[in-house]
Amino acid sequence: MADVYLNSRFIGSVEEIKSFVDDVKDLRRRGTLPEGLNVHYDLTAAEVHLFSDEGRARRPLIMVRDGKSLLTEKHIKQLEDSEITWLDLVRQGVIEYLDAGEEENALVAYREEELSKDHTHLEIAPGVILGLTTSLVPFGNYNQSSRLIIGSKNQKQALGFYAANYHLRMDMDANVLHYPHFPIVKTKIHEVVDYDEHPSGQNMIVAVMCYDGYNMEDGVILNKASVQKGLARSTYFRPVGAEELRYSGGLIDEISVPDKDVKGYRSEHDYRFLEGDGIIYPEAKLDEGDVIIGRTSPPRFLSSLDEYNLSTSVRRESSVSLKHGEHGIADFVVLTENEEGNKLVQVRLREERIPEIGDKFTSRHGQKGVTGILVPMEDIPFSTSGIVPDLIFTPHGISSRMTISHLIELIGAKVGALAGRFVDGTLFEGEKEADLRKELLGLGFREDGTEIFFDGRTGKQMLAKIYVGNMYYLRLRHMVANKMQARARGPIQLLTRQPTEGKAKEGGLRLGEMEKDTLIAHGASLLLKERFDADRIVVPVCEKSGLMGYYDFRKNGRSISPLYGENSDMSDIEVSYAFKLLLDEIRSLGLYAKLNLKNKY
Amino acid sequence: MKKEHEEFIDSYQDKLSAAILEEVKQSVPADITKEKLHKIMDLTLDAYMLARVNAGECVGLVSAESIGEPGTQMTLNTFHFAGVSEMNVTTGLPRIIEIFDAQKEIKTPMMEVYLKASQNSLDNIKKFALKIKETLLGELVEEYALNIFEQTLRVVLNKALLKEYDLSTKELVKLFKTKSKGFTLDVEENQLIFVHKGKPEEIKELYNLKEKIRSVKIKGLKGIKQVLPVKRGEEYVCLTSGTNLKDVLEFAEVDAERTTCNDINEVYHVLGVEAARQAIINEVYKVIEAQGLNIDIRHIMLVADIMCATGVLKGITRYGVVSEKASVLARASFETPIKHLINAALEGEVDHLTSVVENVMINQPVPLGTGLPGLVTKMK
Repeated sequence: MADVYLNSRFIGSVEEIKSFVDDVKDLRRRGTLPEGLNVHYDLTAAEVHLFSDEGRARRPLIMVRDGKSLLTEKHIKQLEDSEITWLDLVRQGVIEYLDAGEEENALVAYREEELSKDHTHLEIAPGVILGLTTSLVPFGNYNQSSRLIIGSKNQKQALGFYAANYHLRMDMDANVLHYPHFPIVKTKIHEVVDYDEHPSGQNMIVAVMCYDGYNMEDGVILNKASVQKGLARSTYFRPVGAEELRYSGGLIDEISVPDKDVKGYRSEHDYRFLEGDGIIYPEAKLDEGDVIIGRTSPPRFLSSLDEYNLSTSVRRESSVSLKHGEHGIADFVVLTENEEGNKLVQVRLREERIPEIGDKFTSRHGQKGVTGILVPMEDIPFSTSGIVPDLIFTPHGISSRMTISHLIELIGAKVGALAGRFVDGTLFEGEKEADLRKELLGLGFREDGTEIFFDGRTGKQMLAKIYVGNMYYLRLRHMVANKMQARARGPIQLLTRQPTEGKAKEGGLRLGEMEKDTLIAHGASLLLKERFDADRIVVPVCEKSGLMGYYDFRKNGRSISPLYGENSDMSDIEVSYAFKLLLDEIRSLGLYAKLNLKNKY
Repeated sequence: MKKEHEEFIDSYQDKLSAAILEEVKQSVPADITKEKLHKIMDLTLDAYMLARVNAGECVGLVSAESIGEPGTQMTLNTFHFAGVSEMNVTTGLPRIIEIFDAQKEIKTPMMEVYLKASQNSLDNIKKFALKIKETLLGELVEEYALNIFEQTLRVVLNKALLKEYDLSTKELVKLFKTKSKGFTLDVEENQLIFVHKGKPEEIKELYNLKEKIRSVKIKGLKGIKQVLPVKRGEEYVCLTSGTNLKDVLEFAEVDAERTTCNDINEVYHVLGVEAARQAIINEVYKVIEAQGLNIDIRHIMLVADIMCATGVLKGITRYGVVSEKASVLARASFETPIKHLINAALEGEVDHLTSVVENVMINQPVPLGTGLPGLVTKMK
């Protein structure tokens, strides 16, 4: 006796669990019951669970009967000849989808060789335990799973050829890699997903070694000559747009070159790239502050007085321009309408990004690094055969992270490059390391992948042999050009008069609470004061009332007490504006915050 | 020790503290030569001067950073005693917070009870453990039988346990006399029978009685939930879960000098503020050592000093040490600023800006380090 539940709701009971479950599966396979139905039984609890609801993760498996896979050579041949499709296999009962519950009652073999009488299913490929992006890591079976996850996360940030129609698109922050390669060490998934249609990296020559300290702490060193020849070069696209907004009263924005009498007019120089229609011409080289789309808006507040005003209403300038620290070339202009029927102008900016110090690179094994230096060709280490690396990777990245696949890819791609073929690194099914080594030896190189190297600066042979080979390296979208910022003086916040925060607002870097503590701990009292001087102000304080006064410019700028007027001694006090604000806020609570002044000396 | 040596050591009175001089006197051999003693005193003075802190050094902040930074590396919040279920100890950051906040209710109160050397044996420690463990009636009960018609509650006790705890039902009767008003109590071998005196009105009373007698303490000290005798080197020690320092110290066989308790507040109430200070230092250091960190003990001593400086144990919270701060602005910048500002206004408080936080706030040099020395001028 067992209770039967459909989608967790009790629907009845059966005598024989096994035969009932077998019947259900049989009917499903024959198509009498829906394909999406899964059944799970639990002998100890004497329960049978049927599930047909949505939201269950299911995965396909090859059916096995009497220790034999139902997927035969015939099926594969038919698939190759496009006589049948995947769906046909599912309909024929060769392939079956199991959910988490039914999987519990199944015995799944990893490989066909492992099949025995007891097995119910066979994995389509042993590598399917990983997802799509993680399967793109070659030789992943040599790694910790956490490194594979990091590796796949990194690949998602890589620059590549993301869409063939990129030059017609207005994607935000789009990057396109110049001359992307298909990896020499590939996996089956690379073929399945047509990776050659949208590759995202380049095959580089990589040496695992140190070069002074420039690749310490996960740095990478680039060969300047390689970079100048176009290695890892990319283009950055960014659209800017302007719209003719409609306001109440029939007023409307106007896209045009602003008149000189417009409120907030910039200099003529700023508008120099605009054509007659107020829009920039393509291929104009823009610098910060340059206007891309000229626009004027109607005045913000219309008072009744303005209607009688002869000088008509003065329009505001509301052009779109490049912000602080931005550059680019106007690439592409689109004139269109938006959903509300307003005129919409979009301009795509383009910028060539040549790899520089601070740009991020990664292999496919979670071994990311930031460029530490670009070494000129003449200083780069070279091998006996004259091979120079494009990229130098630090050996310290390997010991703690244990990414063996990184090392094997290097040797694999070296074999591939020398033999002129692709190397398979599919999870659990890739080429064997020993075979690769043997082949490398046959190609006339040292079996362990190392070579004798010479220091490019001195010409002397290096003491150690250098592990060198090819690797598929990816350029990641985090580039210094987007992030670098510095400030000495700049905009401040309206309320606190302290520097703004964030790159977009040209902000400062905050010296926080804990940083403040370090200065105090060192006893650097005056340095601390100077660091917090950004909102320093001088206020006149009434010595009688202890309140802050004001300067009256009708009386030659004399400071006036709020309580005693001119009948009090006023002293100028230097405090931070934030403190002045605090005193004001305390007063707004109805408290009398009084400053008792004392002679400093 | 020769008189002249003693006099020589005493001549350092204005340079070294009395405790140091006493230590030197104790540790120097009696037949020491004059030259050697001179050298010892010179070196002692040098070491003492080296250990001194400059005027204007921010010892508090350095302590805070020295404890705070390793604190970020602390892992493992509990520690388990092997073999004993439900006996684990809070360690790591939660424990540090518990101590520094001087929390009244700590998560795992424990005691280490030492016996006097003369009493220390395996037999004694076992007996002692049984003696102090709090035993409730509920633990001995095998079965409760409620008879609604006769209005009786029959409590069947476990014979084996009774024997182990060395109890007889007759002794128990005395205990329940006061607890079971309105009931008469009969004893029947290993059974206690409560009979309702008055008219049978409600069953509820019987139920209430059952719940009540379940939690009646029949043996041991209140609050001591578990006792674990362990061997420490040559002697036996009782570790207890749950504390009752005051009552434990009253046992004649207990070595009161070494018996400790990890509840700082209890130590403070039973042994006083100096003991509490030492308990704070020991407990914090225990946590830090267990984490494999290395913090100079003087930093912890400083914090313990601050907590006990008023003679009353105060936690580092807005109700404790922080409420003692002289500056309104400093207090307001810690927690609940508006409350502090309004109270300050009601009392007409004056902030003399003598400390660090308030000077940072108004952007003036802090009176520490290079900001400490001022210029003295002679006014005519």
